[in-house]
Amino acid sequence: MRGIIDRTGGIFLVLVLAAAVLVPASNLLLPEGSALHVPDYMIPLLGKYLTYALLAVAVDLVWGYCGVLSLGHGAFFALGGYAMGMYLMRQIGPRGVYGNPVLPDFMVFLNYHELPWFWLGFNWFPFAMVMVLLVPGLLAFVFGWFAFRSRVTGVYLSIITQAMTFALMLAFFRNDMGFGGNNGLTDFKDILGFSIQAPETRLVLFVASALALAAGYLICRGLVTSKYGKVLVAVRDAESRTRFLGYRVENYKLVAWTLSAMLAGVAGALYVPQVGIINPGEFAPAQSIEMVIWVAVGGRGTLVGAALGALIVNAGKTWFTGVLPEAWLFALGALFVGVTLFLPKGVLGLGAQLSGRLRRPEPAAPSPTPTPAE
Amino acid sequence: MSLTPLNARQLAAKTLAGAPFPGTTAASPPEVVKSPGARSLEADDLLLTAARPPRDPQALTSALLYLDAITVSFDGFRALNALSLVIGDKEMRAIIGPNGAGKTTMMDVITGKTRPNTGTALFAGVHDLTALDEASIAQLGIGRKFQTPTVFDMHTVEDNVLLAVKADRRAFANITWHRTAHERARVDELLERVRLQDQRLRRAGDLSHGQKQWLEIGMLLAQEPRLLLVDEPAAGMTDQETADTAVLLREIAKTRSVVVVEHDMQFVRDLDVKVTVLHEGAVLAEGPLDQVSADARVIEVYLGR
Repeated sequence: MRGIIDRTGGIFLVLVLAAAVLVPASNLLLPEGSALHVPDYMIPLLGKYLTYALLAVAVDLVWGYCGVLSLGHGAFFALGGYAMGMYLMRQIGPRGVYGNPVLPDFMVFLNYHELPWFWLGFNWFPFAMVMVLLVPGLLAFVFGWFAFRSRVTGVYLSIITQAMTFALMLAFFRNDMGFGGNNGLTDFKDILGFSIQAPETRLVLFVASALALAAGYLICRGLVTSKYGKVLVAVRDAESRTRFLGYRVENYKLVAWTLSAMLAGVAGALYVPQVGIINPGEFAPAQSIEMVIWVAVGGRGTLVGAALGALIVNAGKTWFTGVLPEAWLFALGALFVGVTLFLPKGVLGLGAQLSGRLRRPEPAAPSPTPTPAE
Repeated sequence: MSLTPLNARQLAAKTLAGAPFPGTTAASPPEVVKSPGARSLEADDLLLTAARPPRDPQALTSALLYLDAITVSFDGFRALNALSLVIGDKEMRAIIGPNGAGKTTMMDVITGKTRPNTGTALFAGVHDLTALDEASIAQLGIGRKFQTPTVFDMHTVEDNVLLAVKADRRAFANITWHRTAHERARVDELLERVRLQDQRLRRAGDLSHGQKQWLEIGMLLAQEPRLLLVDEPAAGMTDQETADTAVLLREIAKTRSVVVVEHDMQFVRDLDVKVTVLHEGAVLAEGPLDQVSADARVIEVYLGR
């Protein structure tokens, strides 16, 4: 396993695991007035950032290492979220407004008489967790199978990923899809028997998010440092050369693409109980584009940079929307333009530049000028 | 199924269509079989043959590479017009021709990048190249070097060679891969052969143009191909590098077949092998360079200007 964790990765993992220990410790042990005390309301917010960071790592695996610019990763994130949401809906049981022990409120409201077949099994946690991986994974596999085999690349591939998430958004907005229409799934009560509102549950979800981020990072890092990962970078930089070496490029892309979708699904599943709602807005193309910006800001093709970018941009978003809500989108746009122009290797690249470690560039880092369509 | 040999003379005539020198039929006449009733060699027959285990008695031809009547049209433009070409085992051949003669398209057909509209393309007598994709053809043992050096710029020189070394090409096998002593030795050996052992930890993108060309040749050797297609290896090289490249290619050709497409006449002369002249998608002439360059038609379309 030597070589999987480099210095940057080591620091990153230590920080993530430290957060998993220190944030709950600070919340539970320090008095409310202390400057280092993390208040209760911050816990799900920080947890949400961590799920975004995991999502960014997933996007970076395909964009940074495989050259597949996905503008539809929000779809995989949302599907994972919906799978978790369906479990949480079933956990409400008779405590809903209509008191129906089986049917969620929105189904009673829409005159459903029985649970649609695709809701069966979701009251069982292990089944829901399998679906969190399986549904995004299967969609990605089928999508990738056709797209990569037809050799759709570049902008065209980006456009169809965008079309995919847009189509899903429209479908999920429909009431008769059976997923709550535009209200989505909400009013969750508990998860595995623990109240979803309880500070302790939120701490556990925060820790789970941190562990998932660390695990997701390690999986991706293991993949990109293997010979498979070298081939992936080769595909990114010279696809047809790789074919003429005898590599079946579509299979290499498909593995990374499907794994990335499953990681995005896990991120979505951890996101939903912490924010308390999942609705079709998560499928919106703008969400998926924002994810790409996180990765670009942090530094594409570095994994750690992607996670960092997600944390920076989202913390910035929280702060900015508090101070100047109308200006956030402009700030985001300016950030993207600024990063593309002045920080082609992202914040992580800047850090490396400042500490003078760019003298020997890491072979896996992508070309310094980001060409978003490659 | 009884097999009757196709009229060999007819086939040889087709193969060498346009070749004015009777003495240039160096390649052994291919023994092509066809099923009774079929008027010509159909792709279906070839598929049937290719599906059988590749045993030499099944071979339709003794040539390593056998192209017959290959036609490729792009929007009505015939990039290849009934091109026929036979390359023997361990043969080295230089292909020359003016721009647009179809040299690159021919390589595309052989390596599976372009599907011909009609024609037969056989490798080792059993593999129908028109039915396979690039990856399968590469795994069969056909290596290709592009006109512009195409190496993996972001990888080290060493990793470039490693990716090319003949090994399991499947995705999952490469996730759990561990560098073997054999691979290590192969990489060392190849780097030495293309004189890049001092550069092994440099990024390939930082190499000079000539070094990239050599790295790519090293990568081709790493694939252990039986047939090597080399597109303008001397392009952009210094005189010394060009001469060295000719020596290297001739050495390589001792153990495998090499097809070199080249514009540089001095380089072709250095190679000192049989030359095929392409013009408008078909073979115009074939033979030693001196003989070919004395041909009036060749002078007209290519050398004379």
